[in-house]
Amino acid sequence: MKITLNLNGTSHHLDVDPRTTLLDVLRHHLGLTGTKKGCDHGQCGACTVLMDGRRVNSCLTLACMAEDADITTIEGIGTPGNLSPLQQQFLDHDGFQCGYCTPGQICSATAMLEEIAAGWPSHASDSLDGPFDLTHAEIAERMSGNLCRCAAYPNIVAAIRQAGRDGSRQEDAA
Amino acid sequence: MTRHLRVDGPNHDDRLDHMAQGVLGQPLNRLEGPLKVSGRAAYAAEARPANLAYGVLVQASVPAGKVLDIGDAPGALAVIQDKRMVRYAAQGQAQKAPKSGPDQVEYMGQAIALVVADTFEAATHAAQNLMVRYAAEDVPVNPDAVTPELPPQKQASAGDLDRAMATAAVSVDAVWHTPSHGAAAMEPHAAIAQWDGDRVTIRAGLQMLSSNRAQMADALGIRASKLRLLAPYVGGGFGSKLGINAEAVAAAIAAKELNRPVQVSMTRQQVFDLAHRRSETRQRVRLACDPDGRLTGIGHDVLVSNLPGSEFSEPVTQATPFTYEAAHRQIVHAVARIHRGCAGSVRAPGEAVGVTVFECAMDELAEAADIDPVELRLRNIPEDEPVTGRPFSSHKLAEALRDGAQRFGWSDRRPNGQRAEGEWLIGMGMATAVRVNMLVESRAKVTLLQNGQAIVETDMTDIGTGTYTILGQLAGEMLGLPVDRVEVKLGDTDFPPSSGSGGSFGAASSGNSVYLACEDIRRQIAKAMGCDEPDLTLQNGMARAGNIARSLSELIDGSLTGEGHLEPGKTEKSVRQATWGSHWAEVAVNRWTGEVRVRRMMGVFACGRVLNEKTARSQCLGGMTFGIGIALTEAMEHDSRDGHAVSRDLAEYHIPCHADVPGLEVHFLSERDAYVGPLQAKGLGELGICGAGAAVLNAIHNACGIRVRDLPATPDKIIAGLEARA
Amino acid sequence: MREFSFHRAASVADLPAGATIIAGGTNLLDLMKHEVMAPESLVDITRLDLDRVEAEGDGLRIGALVRNSDLAAHPTIRRDYAVLSRALLAGASGQLRNMATTGGNLMQRTRCPYFYDRRMACNKRDPGAGCAAMGGVTRNHAILGASDHCIATYPGDMAVALRALDAVVEIDGPSPRRVPLADFHQLPGDTPHIETALQPGDLITAVVLPAPVAGQHRYRKVRDRASYAFALVSVAAVIRLDGGTINHAALAFGGVAAKPWRDPDIERLLTGREPSDALFAEAADLLLRPARGQGENKFKIPLLRRSLIATLRDATGMEATA
Repeated sequence: MKITLNLNGTSHHLDVDPRTTLLDVLRHHLGLTGTKKGCDHGQCGACTVLMDGRRVNSCLTLACMAEDADITTIEGIGTPGNLSPLQQQFLDHDGFQCGYCTPGQICSATAMLEEIAAGWPSHASDSLDGPFDLTHAEIAERMSGNLCRCAAYPNIVAAIRQAGRDGSRQEDAA
Repeated sequence: MTRHLRVDGPNHDDRLDHMAQGVLGQPLNRLEGPLKVSGRAAYAAEARPANLAYGVLVQASVPAGKVLDIGDAPGALAVIQDKRMVRYAAQGQAQKAPKSGPDQVEYMGQAIALVVADTFEAATHAAQNLMVRYAAEDVPVNPDAVTPELPPQKQASAGDLDRAMATAAVSVDAVWHTPSHGAAAMEPHAAIAQWDGDRVTIRAGLQMLSSNRAQMADALGIRASKLRLLAPYVGGGFGSKLGINAEAVAAAIAAKELNRPVQVSMTRQQVFDLAHRRSETRQRVRLACDPDGRLTGIGHDVLVSNLPGSEFSEPVTQATPFTYEAAHRQIVHAVARIHRGCAGSVRAPGEAVGVTVFECAMDELAEAADIDPVELRLRNIPEDEPVTGRPFSSHKLAEALRDGAQRFGWSDRRPNGQRAEGEWLIGMGMATAVRVNMLVESRAKVTLLQNGQAIVETDMTDIGTGTYTILGQLAGEMLGLPVDRVEVKLGDTDFPPSSGSGGSFGAASSGNSVYLACEDIRRQIAKAMGCDEPDLTLQNGMARAGNIARSLSELIDGSLTGEGHLEPGKTEKSVRQATWGSHWAEVAVNRWTGEVRVRRMMGVFACGRVLNEKTARSQCLGGMTFGIGIALTEAMEHDSRDGHAVSRDLAEYHIPCHADVPGLEVHFLSERDAYVGPLQAKGLGELGICGAGAAVLNAIHNACGIRVRDLPATPDKIIAGLEARA
Repeated sequence: MREFSFHRAASVADLPAGATIIAGGTNLLDLMKHEVMAPESLVDITRLDLDRVEAEGDGLRIGALVRNSDLAAHPTIRRDYAVLSRALLAGASGQLRNMATTGGNLMQRTRCPYFYDRRMACNKRDPGAGCAAMGGVTRNHAILGASDHCIATYPGDMAVALRALDAVVEIDGPSPRRVPLADFHQLPGDTPHIETALQPGDLITAVVLPAPVAGQHRYRKVRDRASYAFALVSVAAVIRLDGGTINHAALAFGGVAAKPWRDPDIERLLTGREPSDALFAEAADLLLRPARGQGENKFKIPLLRRSLIATLRDATGMEATA
């Protein structure tokens, strides 16, 4: 079937089998292999992309159902020469090893910081009322949908914490 | 000329401490990091050749038997059942293909065919709906259902352990069980094969390209020179990509047959079925000591399993012979031949489960003898290797224990069950970390260009270990260049064959070969400078000797090439090489539900020279987290009727998630090991696991008084203990 | 995945007959990839106007397409129905909660590994085929309400809280109606393939909550790792104390049966009584009287007992004073 995807600010017109997931469209049809397939069943988070700014598992999203959304993949977040602040923190804190779960971690963390800013509670929150601090427990719980077998977890938390703090400082200054 | 070194004796030169660039050991960011964080590093299944077809493996649905008919697949390009397809993965460093012949099933889930289609979706559907007929066979699938083999070379004893146990002032005699474990690297196994005439290029997730090339050539029946393997980025291995597996062989066969490139990616479920599992283990540990806690007897009696005819058996007792002193000792190693998925190396084969269990037993002995667990270990550190009398190449266990105890606040540990916060019981535990150390033959080529840029080439892989970065730092240090002037090229069999990544030997083995290649270049520069190589100082693109200083661009006409070739030598046997450390954990146990949370965890490690403090630390974080998994969450359950892996996805097989892992602390002890080549560095990728789980389990005991001997310590096991005491 | 025709519904009236409904897709696509579910026709309802949370009398009407994450963060849910917010936050992951919908979550199917594995016999997947789980790995199977045909559990968290809140499911279709959540999920009996009260052509349009009950809202979930795992057991509790006695107790349990479990007998027992360990033990005994283990899952009996007691102690302030 013919579909149009709004991807990293560009429209793509495609003819795909209706069974094709958003993940497989990215990897197989568009050559955007930054979004990773780790389990294909929503059990690892490696395929995380942003749809209208919200993090979702692209492996459990049919491409034909993603038509109206603005989709951002890791390729749209930054480039090797122009990393996003969060990507730079992952690099500086060694928030990855093999790097396979990393795009998913970064997409997830990008949206997760927005969720905290919006005052969303988490399972780790003592009270359901915000605001919520960037504590280890809060970040770790909110990032638990992204598995990392190399277990860069403590470094990922540190990277997100730093990026989150830098981000809110910039907002304060603005 | 290749600079060759066989490591036959000690090297006390500390040459790398006297180089001028000062980049080795620094906590630099990963060289390939910008590509990885931006999604531009391309892994196995991430090349997009034109006209690519997709293959999906078909798996056996019986535990054993003959495939009579595989049916056909409407909508598919081909259903391939070629006698060259392999039944399971090659073991690490094998030079031959694993057993072929997919029509004979040895375990449930074995690959029996490949379905290829124009799209991934069509291939998947067709593969799922083949009507396969079997002549099924009855086979044993449970370790306790068979009489195990006792390979003579794997048994050992000295003195009279039974007598030592009978006469001991204090003793422990207990049995532990650990389940099958999956490596569960985040990147599923995948390959893309493409032929050009009689030459094939296979891009795959592989850890050890030079032996993988031999295995693959053997599997396909072609000469190795006709085969190129590419693995520039590998999304984790942990042993599961040491040897070639069904997907890469099938991709190559299909690509030839269809005359177009073919990609085969395993599903996550297939990874659990087809990648080597770590065998389940039954371990009986016997410890005897005198009233002062000096060990008189050590027994480690293990039962593991594998398929009939598979040579590998989990070397559970690998560190037992040399970790502690005792006059009377016995090792029993039994192998049950059963039809579960093939067992092989999973990160730290042997010690991951062997040291973990042994260190739990030591904790039980400490309690029985009423001696502090740290002190018990300190009292039993051997001067030389027990029985053989070989010296240790270096030995930092005592320092790691003392340093760790002080840093962790071990003196604050209270008696069992004495510390609580609300519903949570808090406890502390510790364990020794120990892992054998190895070197493996490795070659590298380094080219220094006139513009002051260096290129390192070797077929070594970076599976997340930091190889790109440490080899860049090493070449930079040796050649006096900032790291951004060094380009490291890995993961291509067109480059000189290396050790590959495995067994914690990659960094030291490939690093020594790069060291040697750089030394080769230094000699050439020294010659041009008219000095002896040891008198040459290279720094920031300048060469200095005495009063003379010249830039590399003046000295080099075109380029200089150096080649390094390292071989392990007599120090493999003349000394006992091992890495040492200590693990520390504080846990909270919920007194109602038996849930366990690790609150803090620390490791102190000695691994010789640290090549990059940042990536080295990350290796330890990963190892320690594997330890948390072994202690608390990971179990691949097998169905007792057909042996199939029931927990075969990431929702059922619980690798630790973010919330399971607190901030982990890692400390390195300064060490140079003279017996492991001029780099003086040892392995680190696995030490972090070995014993880590024991620190957690011992902390559980300190928190609530419960010993879990059937791992992992999930809530059911803890509440069984809580209920039994109530 | 089997081939299917795809249709996007523009209105509730526009649903093609016989089509399988997809919204968040987090469980349906998961099962379709295994071909455990293989619909010939799929209808995407995500464009329907069913994504609002609005007042209904003293209660609340939650549209079937409200995403789990939005529902958990909704100010009214957080304030008045905290147990629901807590249950949602204890489920799945941030990504999945962004996708999963209120209606879809009720339709979540069991995680029984034998149901997921087409090599294995399963009465739920293939009525009459037998149950391979019995005699297999049964660690996470049901201890309450199971049958000789099926021992699977309902795996969700949200519905457990909804059960404690006396929620009602609003259904559109050939006979529009409201079904109490209590009657929505079905125990297996000899028809384990029938999991809900939905009939062909039905569509869940909303979940309706009655007026809120002030008091202590708790959701305790015990699992094999600290997050991102299904419940071994879970307890949803709304407990209100008046003076020294319990005057409202609503308790529902997850991970133990094919539906969120609730037992009015234990609520009656607790109501009007002063909190005490003896009372809670009595309630647990009552709850677990019909419980039956299936081999490995026998631990769920003491685990549920302990989880209930811990939840009650916590909700009645006993834990803090212990």
